Amino acid sequence: MDFLISHTHISPFYLVTVGFIIGMLGGFFGVGGSFIAGPALFAVGVPMNFVVGTDLAHIVGKSIVAAKKHRALGNVDLKLGFIMVAGTIAGVEVGAQGIERLKHLGQASVDKVVGLTFVIVLLSISAFVAWESWQTLKMQRKRDGKSKQSAKPSSKTAYKGDESAFAHIAQRVHSIKIPPMIKLRASEISLWAILGVSFVGGIFSGFLGGGAGYIRMPSMVYLLGVPTHVAVGTDLFEVVISASYGTFSHALKGNVDIMIALVMHTGAAIGAQLGAASTEYFHGPKIRLAFVPLPLIGAAIVIYGLLSGKNLK
Amino acid sequence: MEEKPKSALKTFLIELLVYAALVVFYVLLVIRVLGNWLNGLFEHSKTHYAIAALLLIIGQGIALEMLTTLLLKLVRLRTQ
Repeated sequence: MDFLISHTHISPFYLVTVGFIIGMLGGFFGVGGSFIAGPALFAVGVPMNFVVGTDLAHIVGKSIVAAKKHRALGNVDLKLGFIMVAGTIAGVEVGAQGIERLKHLGQASVDKVVGLTFVIVLLSISAFVAWESWQTLKMQRKRDGKSKQSAKPSSKTAYKGDESAFAHIAQRVHSIKIPPMIKLRASEISLWAILGVSFVGGIFSGFLGGGAGYIRMPSMVYLLGVPTHVAVGTDLFEVVISASYGTFSHALKGNVDIMIALVMHTGAAIGAQLGAASTEYFHGPKIRLAFVPLPLIGAAIVIYGLLSGKNLK
Repeated sequence: MEEKPKSALKTFLIELLVYAALVVFYVLLVIRVLGNWLNGLFEHSKTHYAIAALLLIIGQGIALEMLTTLLLKLVRLRTQ
């Protein structure tokens, strides 16, 4: 099928399948899936600037319903969400301007720089999540041994949930008292810490596409100390607004092929429902450990594209 | 004991086929009806194209969520 806006020829079945897979991942892991969607579009010859803008558009369609559901469950901290929107939008604009600068140097420069940055980010995420999950599992096993020795079965329920070995980092961020301080549901934190985290996430979103949930979600949990379910809900709420802004901004700059996003989203809609349903059977750091190979697959596709100069079409 | 999961899987696969058929029909319709119009907008007015793109993806997001929720509800009802 010809996509006239981006001048590409892609099978709609490929797009629906990619959408289905990233929808499943989104529903299961609570991430946008741009680490797979981006490389998958690049692999079939979509220019990098269109990969970035189109992926953002696809994220809007997927996140809007999920955010509504999380809001109904009380998982959205509106105050935190609105503050983050301000930081993210500023970051998205910086990222989108970065793409514009690269476009002046030629399409090859856009593909190379964005592709390389993508690979570095994906490898870092994979390594960090593996390390963090491993540390948390080790911590749990240690405590499991201790609780068996002291015969306290009640402690077992404490680690059924989503705990992390890096809670002390959030405590350090909370100890930064640069005014104005913002009162969140369970804690108080400097406005600048929230803006800093969201601004960095926004730059990634504007420059690499997607909602950058892979940066913002862990940052909210590990740096801001937001409970995981609130982080997921607030992140989705924030993504709807910032990704809508990003889509609009990139569409004005001619970086969005909305036809690709619409076709891909048809697969993502059913995949997201199935992914969410399957979370009933898995818990905690084991989910995060299962996530580790996924960014590596995305990185491998981009590396292949960059090294061979060919796409997988 | 294994009858229930088997029938659930069968019903789910049927629903998935129904969804796939609807998607194929919808994609063809979208490409036919919207393809050239959106390309024209993209060429002539980026502002109108940006507004249309945003409205289309939001509208599709809401519509498909309603459809998939309905299909999954049907699966659950039939397997209960």
